Amino acid sequence: MNIVVCVKYVPDATADRRFESDNTVDREGVDGLLSELDEYAVEQALQMKEKRADEEVTVTAVTIGPEKAVDAVRKALQMGADAGVHVSDEAVAGSDAVATSLVLAKAIEKIGQPDVVMCGMASTDAGMSVVPAMLAERLGLPQVTMAAVVESQGDQVRIKRDGDTATEVIGGRMPMVLSVTDQSGEARYPSFKGIMAAKKKPLETYSLGDLGVDADQVGLSAAWTAVEETAARPPRTAGEIVKDEDGSGATALVEFLASKKFI
Amino acid sequence: MSEVLVLVDHVDGAVRKPSYELLAIAKRLGEPAAVFIGGADKAAAAAESLKGYGADKVYVVDDAEVKGYLVAPKAEVLQQIAEKASPAAILIPSSAEGKEIAARLAIKLESGLITDAVDVDANGVTTQSVFAGNFTVTAKVTKGTPIITVKPNAASPEEGAGAGAVQEFAATVSDAAKGAQIVAAQPRQSTGRPELTEAAIVVSGGRGTGGDFDSVEGLADALGAAVGASRAAVDSGWKPHTFQVGQTGKVVSPQLYIANGISGAIQHRAGMQTSKTIVAVNKDEEAPIFELVDFGVVGDLHTVLPAVTAEVEKRKG
Ligand SMILES: Cc1cc2nc3c(=O)[nH]c(=O)nc-3n(C[C@H](O)[C@H](O)[C@H](O)COP(=O)(O)OP(=O)(O)OC[C@H]3O[C@@H](n4cnc5c(N)ncnc54)[C@H](O)[C@@H]3O)c2cc1C
Ligand SMILES: Nc1ncnc2c1ncn2[C@@H]1O[C@H](COP(=O)(O)O)[C@@H](O)[C@H]1O
Repeated sequence: MNIVVCVKYVPDATADRRFESDNTVDREGVDGLLSELDEYAVEQALQMKEKRADEEVTVTAVTIGPEKAVDAVRKALQMGADAGVHVSDEAVAGSDAVATSLVLAKAIEKIGQPDVVMCGMASTDAGMSVVPAMLAERLGLPQVTMAAVVESQGDQVRIKRDGDTATEVIGGRMPMVLSVTDQSGEARYPSFKGIMAAKKKPLETYSLGDLGVDADQVGLSAAWTAVEETAARPPRTAGEIVKDEDGSGATALVEFLASKKFI
Repeated sequence: MSEVLVLVDHVDGAVRKPSYELLAIAKRLGEPAAVFIGGADKAAAAAESLKGYGADKVYVVDDAEVKGYLVAPKAEVLQQIAEKASPAAILIPSSAEGKEIAARLAIKLESGLITDAVDVDANGVTTQSVFAGNFTVTAKVTKGTPIITVKPNAASPEEGAGAGAVQEFAATVSDAAKGAQIVAAQPRQSTGRPELTEAAIVVSGGRGTGGDFDSVEGLADALGAAVGASRAAVDSGWKPHTFQVGQTGKVVSPQLYIANGISGAIQHRAGMQTSKTIVAVNKDEEAPIFELVDFGVVGDLHTVLPAVTAEVEKRKG
């Protein structure tokens, strides 16, 4: 069985994230890491493998991104993935979700016939939550998304999730694209043994040429959307802060709410 | 003028407010044409309400082949309508499901996609709020039929009758699209309070509640507000995940957000930072949430909130 986990290298959310002059996300100047939300995907892939002790299961982590993005794959290998693929090509910079999903789909096809393509619920930078659905469309697979609980037996998968209007149980058959939320269970930390073992695991780099993707199909100039402007939100003007003493806080808050016509 | 398709979000035929907001935006771009995918018996009533909010046309698609499956069939239906109607744009509510439908549709129609718009102007230029609300981005689709998912509260619904011409549309759904099935669904119990993402006021509680949400809920009810929670409160099992505000929960942008016993981590901010007015009650004056507030009280929420609630009730009379 083949599980491919899509992991993204993202700027650290607690750092000062910013844009470049061409309005693309600054991915070089800000410290990056494996998106926390994709750690959950790696974890679920590893759990699926561990539950299938009597089967041969290969977990391959794949990322598309700049040179440093290989760190995201390394982390997945340290956690326990078997192999890694880094799609790295100058031309990819500035790609939108449509192009990212194209390159990911080609990379997945090159890795081999997947049974499960595992994704996070969203990337922590762009956060569109659309790449899994786009991948499913491109690969012609069903998508079972936003899983809080994942169970599988043979080629059947069942998940539980909190939908907008209902709690749902969704069922589907492999091959499929599966995405998991941060409710799906804590991701493991790499052990010392895992970190050492990761150094010997296969890690391949693909260029666009390896995938048969033309440079003009991806990147900023091929994007199907164009950013016109990015603007930092004006800082909020400092508000009034009062210390509560014997009920004074409540009185002051009520006055504030009344002055703003909320009561 | 070209049609602008609006995918209608409804629960068993009852149209949800964001669909009316989308119709108001559609009017800026062309002729609003609602797409109602639902039970045949619910269609007439739904079409009537959509007409009341400006729909010039209502495509009615019987959901017999759609119901019970995830996303893919709806994307096929929209593709088929779009190929017939050649719309100027397609607007979809920015829910998790809406974004996935839009994603598949973008690939099918080879069209650009913009998600989570908080505004769309008459030229199709969208406004989005990114990086936990720290940046505002304006953008435009440059290829194909613009597909835009729009967040709740991006526009005010506009009452006023459209032509409301009902057109039954017979869509065909492929077997391939039926790969993911809804095996069971437990509809959410109504809390009797406003929907979190649509509410004008949200009162939320975090770890600082210690698990006792009574005073948070008391204030919410006095103000007619929705109740929210931080992830710490959800992870502790005090509230279901559907209450969570933040990066991996709901993103809200109400007129008033009151954070109680919430420290203000970046992931929580991502879900509430664009609220018009922000208030916090926290006993630690160093809590980062105070950097955001218009008004803050340094104090114990268990004494401050009940006192506020009592005074609000008194003033309401
Ligand atoms: C990938 C990822 C995604 C995440 N997504 C989200 C998300 O969507 N939403 C979210 O909220 N978090 C999210 N988090 C978690 C986030 O980082 C914080 O851990 C969380 O928001 C903390 O919740 P809290 O403020 O309730 O708890 P704490 O940080 O523990 O703060 C509790 C606060 O309560 C105050 N307090 C204590 N007692 C009282 C009292 N009696 N009266 C008044 N104040 C009191 C304390 O002073 C403190 O400031 C995410 C984290 C990660 C890594
Ligand atoms: N550049 C990328 N490389 C690998 N996986 C990605 C990339 N971008 C997105 N993904 C996957 O798609 C999911 C959703 O991303 P997004 O649609 O950008 O929110 C992520 O959690 C990843 O699993």
